[in-house]
Amino acid sequence: MISVILFLILLIGGFGFFGWNVLKVRSNIRLGRDIDRTDNKKERWKTMILVALGQKKMFTRPIPALLHLAIYAAFVITQIELIEIIVDGVFGTHRFFKESLGGGYTFIISFIEILSVLALIATFAFLSRRNLLKIPRLNMKEMNGWPKMDANMILYMELILVSCIFTMNGTDEVMHKMNGGGSYGFSISSFLGPFFFEGMSMGTLQILERIGWWGHVFMVFSFLNYLPYSKHFHILLAFPNTYYSNLDKKGRFTNMDSVTTEVKLMMDPDADAFVATAEGALEPQRFGAKDVADLTWKSLMDSYTCTECGRCTSSCPANITGKLLSPRKIMMDTRDRLTEVGDNIRKYGKDYEDGKSLLGDYITEEELWACTSCNACVQECPINIDPLSIIIDLRRYLVMEESNMPTELTGMLTNIENNGAPWQFSPSDRLNWANEE
Amino acid sequence: MSLTVPTMAEMMAKGESPEILFWVGCSGSFDDRAKKITKALVKILNNCKVNFAVLGAEESCTGDPAKRAGNEFTFQMQAMMNIQVLEGYDVQKIVTACPHCFNTLKNEYPELGGNYEVIHHTQLIQELINQGKLVLSDGGMYKGKKITFHDPCYLGRANDVYEAPRALIEKLDSELVEMKRCKTKGLCCGAGGAQMFKEAEKGNKEINIERTEEALELKPDIIATGCPFCNTMMTDGVKNLEKEREVEVLDVAELIANAADL
Repeated sequence: MISVILFLILLIGGFGFFGWNVLKVRSNIRLGRDIDRTDNKKERWKTMILVALGQKKMFTRPIPALLHLAIYAAFVITQIELIEIIVDGVFGTHRFFKESLGGGYTFIISFIEILSVLALIATFAFLSRRNLLKIPRLNMKEMNGWPKMDANMILYMELILVSCIFTMNGTDEVMHKMNGGGSYGFSISSFLGPFFFEGMSMGTLQILERIGWWGHVFMVFSFLNYLPYSKHFHILLAFPNTYYSNLDKKGRFTNMDSVTTEVKLMMDPDADAFVATAEGALEPQRFGAKDVADLTWKSLMDSYTCTECGRCTSSCPANITGKLLSPRKIMMDTRDRLTEVGDNIRKYGKDYEDGKSLLGDYITEEELWACTSCNACVQECPINIDPLSIIIDLRRYLVMEESNMPTELTGMLTNIENNGAPWQFSPSDRLNWANEE
Repeated sequence: MSLTVPTMAEMMAKGESPEILFWVGCSGSFDDRAKKITKALVKILNNCKVNFAVLGAEESCTGDPAKRAGNEFTFQMQAMMNIQVLEGYDVQKIVTACPHCFNTLKNEYPELGGNYEVIHHTQLIQELINQGKLVLSDGGMYKGKKITFHDPCYLGRANDVYEAPRALIEKLDSELVEMKRCKTKGLCCGAGGAQMFKEAEKGNKEINIERTEEALELKPDIIATGCPFCNTMMTDGVKNLEKEREVEVLDVAELIANAADL
């Protein structure tokens, strides 16, 4: 009875706290500017199924893709066992589905056990890639400190989780046999159980089995509640994030409607600026982005979805040639600043200013001006995150609000405005080439 | 052979309208190296009797570098002026040898009221060959030459055009060799996003050197491109690495024009 109450507290508390954090993240994302991503639902579902569920883009790098698939499949399929754990926990039963599912039950648990072993192997491989092989993209300077610890913690949690599953099933196997019930016949634990636990007393086995069971439950809820604080949130956000992907050609940058309104006014000699402004009645907004709330909500969702794998940065021509820019850092900075802004708003109210901003305090101009807009980062991201649109929004603020840009670019822009070309040539010479030898 | 380059204004004065507008672009109009690409394309168009025209002095920057630099005002001013001019001539179809103009005209003008069918010159040339209007004899001057193609970002990743330029190189009876980073994984030449017009930020290498080294590893006879800016960057890279006697940097249009002996 006590264990049922304890379980219910853990269950309600676990889901409750997670829900509360999810709402917080949701309200943070909604601080962003609007962008319409509701069109073309069919294409959106297709993208989500291929890219998030099917992990299509992961397979451009087959080795990490297979390791990742093992953990992913184990994670998804283990949720079936979690259903039983919840039922057992709430009603105080033991292996509730075993009777009703019969041979099917043995099959499912066996399958989960095989996947768990694969996940265990993958976890060790991932730990060694990070800590022994020191794969460059996993060990760049923006990964120092918390991000590195975050990544390792997730893997350690995975190890504990899998150990708990096998302790639980292994001891249960031995006890089942001791009680004359024979073997469960599960694929792995029917061998592992006797190997590790045979010869132990019933009392020890019972305790170990409970440790395994509670450990599993406890890890699941810890993991769930760790997600919103971790880069590992991608396991959930990958789905909405790919659904709301940019479906346009990557080369198309967004049109700034606020600018269109003004340019049209300038170009129309009959326009009455006062009337037009009143009719437009657009809330005055800054051009481009200085802080997170100036970015679109999709950029903000991108930032929470990023799992810091660094494929973007390892393909970035600026980063490859030693420049300061790292698209992954752009995403991490955006998320960290957003969390800070969100917390401030909840603590001090909507209009609180902490005197900081994404541009300047987190992302420097030097990083922004190193971008060639080549879209390699966008192409590489396995879950369709778009660092480029953040970079461009920040550039827009620098250029249009502060006229702050490298001097050569000022010259280039002046040339376009005066001569209709980025260089100082006369427009009347445009066709000279046709008559030159 | 002298080039025939009618302007839209001349066409209109004669009461004619061309099938396609050739958008030359700033680089193709003013840059000495890029002008050769422009002329190569015109030779092909003349040879195939394509009914085309250019805007000449009425053409103006599409606004691409302004938009990538973050100046939406300058971009939209340019775009609206160009759209007015194009509207005046009722332009329906545009070809350009510059992937930056291509991307902007194709993807960013529609929202401002300019809707055209825009194709890259490699796509047009492929069409001409497929229609039998342009015939390349077997065993031309590039027979057996090793050619690698550098994907321009604004043609490749930005617009998913990977095959047209490659199909043309294969028509030359040459050996097309791919760099490790090609197609969707192509490495930028370093010029995009308005970088062409500024010094690179502090780093330990120039991007065009990184890319040229990758191309040179294949020991090609020719590095082919489909963008005047990539052409500049790769040419500079080859010069910098002192390989200009062994390796040529050429636009696909130049390869085809040379191979067809135009």
